Formats: sequence, C-alpha cells, structure tokens
Amino acid sequence: MHITATHINLYHVCHRELWLHAHEIRMENTSDTVSEGKLIHETAYPQRAERYREVVLGGVKIDFYDPKAKVVHEIKKSDKVEAAHLAQVKYYLYVLEQNGIAGATGIIEYPTLRKTETVELTPADRAAIVIWLGEISRLLAQAQCPPLLNKPICKQCSYFDFCYVEE
Amino acid sequence: MKKSYYLFNPGRLSRKDNTLQFTPVDEQGKEGPCRYIPVETVSDLYVFGNLDANSAMYNFLGKNGISAHFFDYYEHYTGSFFAKDYLLAGKMQVEQTRHYTLRNKRMVLAQKFVEGAAFNMLKNLRYYNNREKDLAQIISQIEGYATQISATSEVAELMGIEGNIRQTYYAAFDTIVSGFTMVNRSKRPPLNEVNVLISFGNMMCYSVCMDMIYHTQLNPTISFLHEPGTRRYSLALDLAEIFKPVLVDRTIFRVLNKKEIQPNDFMTDINGCVLKESGKKVFVKAFEERLKETIKHRTLSKSVSYKHLVKLECYKLSKHILNIEEYKPFKIWW
Repeated sequence: MHITATHINLYHVCHRELWLHAHEIRMENTSDTVSEGKLIHETAYPQRAERYREVVLGGVKIDFYDPKAKVVHEIKKSDKVEAAHLAQVKYYLYVLEQNGIAGATGIIEYPTLRKTETVELTPADRAAIVIWLGEISRLLAQAQCPPLLNKPICKQCSYFDFCYVEE
Repeated sequence: MKKSYYLFNPGRLSRKDNTLQFTPVDEQGKEGPCRYIPVETVSDLYVFGNLDANSAMYNFLGKNGISAHFFDYYEHYTGSFFAKDYLLAGKMQVEQTRHYTLRNKRMVLAQKFVEGAAFNMLKNLRYYNNREKDLAQIISQIEGYATQISATSEVAELMGIEGNIRQTYYAAFDTIVSGFTMVNRSKRPPLNEVNVLISFGNMMCYSVCMDMIYHTQLNPTISFLHEPGTRRYSLALDLAEIFKPVLVDRTIFRVLNKKEIQPNDFMTDINGCVLKESGKKVFVKAFEERLKETIKHRTLSKSVSYKHLVKLECYKLSKHILNIEEYKPFKIWW
C-alpha cells in the first residue's frame, strides 16, 4: 500500500482517523469544514494554474509545484493542526528527493489568515519520516481501530458524529 | 442545507445551465411557467407524478450525488436512480458479510433491531396511555413478548416474535386514532384509510433509510433481521423497523387526530383504498416536518434532526461491524 501525504498528515492528527481513512471509511463528503477548505483551495489563487503544475510521484500528489524554483505550495484553511501540515509538506520534499529532485523547499499558505510558512527538509526530518512510515504501516496493519482521541479538535472533525455517537 | 424535493405535479425536469428547471405540463400537454430548483439545495427527489426527463438531467443529478426515488400510482416504491457508488470500502463489505453469515453475529444484530423497534412502539403506547387512552393491557402484552427476544436463536423465531409485537401494537391504533377504524393490518392492497397511511408512511421511512445508507459505506443489500433479497435494499428494512414508530406512526396519529387528513382525502374502490393527491401532500409535509424536527443528542450534546438520527444509526452499525463498539439500537429517550 502506498503511503500518501494524507496518511502522513492524519498520522500527526489522529491515529483513529488515519485508520478509518485508510480503510475507506470516509466522512469528508458530509463535512462543511472540508467543503470550505476545498473552496479555498480552488479559489484562493486564481492565476496560479497557468504557472504551476500538479505532480504525481510514487502515490503522492502535489497540487501546486513550481518546477523552476523547485517550490511545493500547499494551501490550508487554518493553522490549527500546523504540525500535521509541516509533516505533510516535508513528506512531499522527501518524496521529491527520493525521485532525484534534491533541494526543493515548501511553502504552506493560509490565504484566510494572510500568512505563509516556509518549510525545509533537514537531516533530522529525513530520519523522522522513516520512523513515521514504519509507524503508519504498523498502525494500518492492525485489525483493531485505534481508540478515540477525545480532544477539543474532535468537535470540528468530519468523523465526530461517527466516533462519538453511542445510543 | 440540502433538502428533499417531492414532485407531485406532472412536468419536465431538465438541466438548465448549471441548475435544475421544472416545467409543469398539464393534461392537455400545455406547458406552465417554469421554476428553477437550485441544484446545491437538493439532497434527493421523490417523484410521485409523471416526470419527463432526459439523460443530460440524470448525468447532472449523478454528478451532484442526487438520487431520485420513483413511486407508482398506488404510491408503491418502484425504484431509484442512484448516482454511482462513491463510498466503497472493501473492509466494511467483508465484515458486514461476515456478520450476516455467522449466525451468532447475525442474531446479535437482528435482536437489537427488534429490541429497538419494540421499545419505540412501547414509548408511543405509553404516551397515549398517559393521555386517557386505556392501553395498559396491550402494553403489558408487548412487554411480555419483548422479554422473549433475547432467548431466540433463529431469525425465523425472532421474526415470529416481531410479528406478534407488531400485530398487538396495531391493535392499539383503533384506540389512539379517533374517527377512523383500522380493524386489522391489511396490505397489497390496504383496505382502509389507516392501513393506507401505514403503507404509505412505511414506504417513506424505507426510502429515508435507504437514502441514509447510501451515504455511508454500508452495503444496503446485506441485512440481518430481514433476509437479504426480501427486497432489493433489505438493510433499509432492518433500520426502518426502529424508526417506523418514531417517524411514521407518530405522523399518522398527528394527521388523523388533528384532522389534517379527512375521509375525503381517500378513495375506496375495488382495488382497496388509496390516498388522493391532496392527502399525500398533507402526509408528506407532516412527515418532512417530523424529519426536520430536532432533539438534543445525549452523547453528541448538540441538536440533531430525526433524519440525522437515521444516519447516526448507520454509523453505529458500521462501528459494530468493524468491531469498534457494540451496537445499541436507537431508543427514544425523551
């Protein structure tokens, strides 16, 4: 199974969501937050499509890649789960490097916050990513779904009803 | 917020640019002024009248994930147009099948459906029992049947108990409803007004359950209480058991006791009794209001609609099937 950037992202947010998502138990279609994010993604930079390319590499899809400057752009709605965004973009850079494109950098863009963040791949990141990949494979091989996260962030999650409904 | 649209009037539904256009056409084939239905407000279509449409419209519905359900002159459900399956999950499919084929696992779920249904029926009876309708005897009879549920080891046996419960429950309708008598449950065709409403309401409830299942990863054809194949989407029949007392029967009591539907809304002929269009409209409106009504959910601590409760039931069932959490049937708690 290919480990995608979504898996990396979810691994840093919620192991339960990662497990469910990987088993195709998806809830995104029911979530207003997700459609809002999608809308921002589609409308934030209308001029971008001409200059930037979508890149598919080893099961990973980068939405906006600037091949000239070697910059990965990732658009996000809010910086609430920033660590997960960082991990996701670092994984893009890692996959690019594995495919012979070294020295790429990343920019996380938060159009609604009017804020951007630059990302670089350090040797420590490379080591961390190898650990993440192992952990994700182990988690996804488990027969049992990981337990509830029970954090405030659950309330915004598209899986909230699924996870917390009892009777 | 998306909502269901009910099409009673004959006419043509078409794609117009990026939205839907409805042109009523009368019996002489004369077109009336068209109206527009913004596509992003539509969750599904219930088609009762004659509808003209072309494939461009269905392609458009499909792209927008909108289903259309069709009903014949006698309000029987005849079929649906579904957008292509967009939530496929192999693991869920395998586990759901396993829960059907292993008898122990299947019985657990089948019993829960009957247990939830019985509980919700009793709730209705107790409500009216507290309102000067004497139903004490029927209540204790159903309670007696309900204690036998957990002792069953075969689905057929459980279905027998379920049948007894429902028969006893329907006997209470003559006491609850004023102005109409039901006598016995009759189907295909229903022989009197109350039976017509039960059939019509159950069919609406079945459609809602089917629609909610469609928006989850559950397979609608693999069921536990009903045998798969009793009807095409038998899992919807399982779920409907739990929700019929809550959604359908309460609506029937309301429209009859408040005299929103009257004897002249029905038509009796040799083919039994049918609900006229005027009656259908009143019932569908009351039913839709019921679906939209909200309650504060106990474990989610937020307001959810009755319709959403059906979806939540699908989630609970999914969790049971994936061995995440044991399924507890919805029991009205207020």
